[in-house]
Amino acid sequence: MSTIHEYAELLKQRKLSSVELTKQYLARIEKADAQIGSYITVCSDDALAAAGKADERIAKGEATLLTGIPVGIKDNICTEGITTTCASKMLYNFVPPYDATVTKRLKNEGAVILGKLNMDEFAMGSSTESSYFKKTKNPYDLTRVPGGSSGGSAASVSADLAPYALGSDTGGSIRQPAAFCGNVGLKPTYGLVSRFGLIAFASSLDQIGSFTKDVTDCAIVLNAIAGYDKMDSTSVDADKTDYTKALGLPLKGMKVGVPKQYLESGIQTEIREAVENAIKVYEMLGAECEECSLPLSKFALPAYYLISSAEASSNLARFDGIKYGYRAEEYHGLTDLYEITRSEGFGEEVKRRIMLGTYALSSGYYDAYYKKAQQVRGLIKRDFAACFEKYDVLLTPTTPTTAYKFGEKSDPVAMYMGDICTVAVNIAGLPAISIPAGLDKKGMPIGIQLIANSFDERKLLTAAYAYERETGYEKLRPTVKEVE
Amino acid sequence: MKIEQSQVKYVASLARLRIDEAEQDKWSEQMGAIIEFADQLNELDLHDAESNEQGSTSLYNVFREDERKESFDRDKILFNAPEQYEGCYVVPKIVE
Repeated sequence: MSTIHEYAELLKQRKLSSVELTKQYLARIEKADAQIGSYITVCSDDALAAAGKADERIAKGEATLLTGIPVGIKDNICTEGITTTCASKMLYNFVPPYDATVTKRLKNEGAVILGKLNMDEFAMGSSTESSYFKKTKNPYDLTRVPGGSSGGSAASVSADLAPYALGSDTGGSIRQPAAFCGNVGLKPTYGLVSRFGLIAFASSLDQIGSFTKDVTDCAIVLNAIAGYDKMDSTSVDADKTDYTKALGLPLKGMKVGVPKQYLESGIQTEIREAVENAIKVYEMLGAECEECSLPLSKFALPAYYLISSAEASSNLARFDGIKYGYRAEEYHGLTDLYEITRSEGFGEEVKRRIMLGTYALSSGYYDAYYKKAQQVRGLIKRDFAACFEKYDVLLTPTTPTTAYKFGEKSDPVAMYMGDICTVAVNIAGLPAISIPAGLDKKGMPIGIQLIANSFDERKLLTAAYAYERETGYEKLRPTVKEVE
Repeated sequence: MKIEQSQVKYVASLARLRIDEAEQDKWSEQMGAIIEFADQLNELDLHDAESNEQGSTSLYNVFREDERKESFDRDKILFNAPEQYEGCYVVPKIVE
């Protein structure tokens, strides 16, 4: 018992109040999060106040499906009056004067914000190990990483320290931790969900999305967060649609493409088998599966690291010790203040990306790196477009391996290779979902990824829901001990 | 492949970062490895490929009317400043 739709039903029937539910979650965080480390900030008082208001709204019969239900929010999404750190020393004390649009949308629904979730510093990383504050552990095995960058979001949902959570995905930062922790993770089409109030990493790739316990919840949350926002110039003014209507549609006639490049070398055997099994499930349900090709796949990763780092070097120029956040204690003059503040305030991975991005944009290297990466980006989009002329969705692994041990990937390039199955989706601006596909021999969750054409989230949800109903893998849960 | 130390220093200065002398070598090596990885893109013939510098969906500029409207409260914004004085940000002296 712990999904949004189950809680909503209990709240509606008055078998449970939002205050009771919120207290349950706050107590569980108190008892179990010391081992998991998913929250940076817990806001008990604000949460209980919001829950009280939600109960009044429910009593008046004005509730939506999210009214009164607690949620955790990744700590790079602004929450008015609640510290938002990006898991960085640079913003250790930053209190946003406004809400991100998604935060505002959830509040309008009567959602109860439990707190802010741990992540890789400025969302740069794949294991949440680069957080300035703490390590988040994988609820399935505390010696393993939860993935990243939204590792806190994934772990909190997996360990039931939140019914659902929001995260952000620039190169896989929702889908990869969702796969590592056994959640449903959705990265929506670029432009579907407003980025206003999401502290920018790489603006042409960033997108906010959800971590949920099943596909039904995923559709419910998407209904709440999707939609045009004049505060985000890349927000798309598309027709409002009810995503829950996509659940339960028949798969007969659906065409599923399986890009062969995603199953080549370096994919863990059990993950490859999970994809092969998913093909069988889809065929049994009436879909047609066929191998297809995305020939430029191997170039997505280098193009991604150049583009995202270039954008990051520009976006993170604003952190200078003047307007907000950390300022060095000793300095002589303005340039000194900038340099010492930034050198002390940013962690190593963030500095590495800023350096790479600055290099790729600097005079003499721009054409060789940044421009070339943008050209490759265009070609990759064309690759996908060709596939979507033929197929409704594409099926791939979400990650090449399941969750690894802390410290196992100390070499930056080895860490980057873990994003091989996810980055192309961001480069092309497409929607993709990771859904649980069982456990490997070590008992760690496996995720499979479905990719659709821009704004075809409904097809993703239809396909994901059918798989979930058939396999029941979303019901797997780790055992997390509560400590008194 | 390694990046020259002088180059690492130059890029750091552009990025307003300071690299520890003791760590210069590590940076040369790590950046070199990442650049080498990025050099894979040279395998592609991109002579006819158009650039996609605009990002993934917005191939046009989005403007808004320049309207006068209420903005944030000054104190609320300055609340986050490391140092402030009478409604202004305080920075080190930049003229002698």
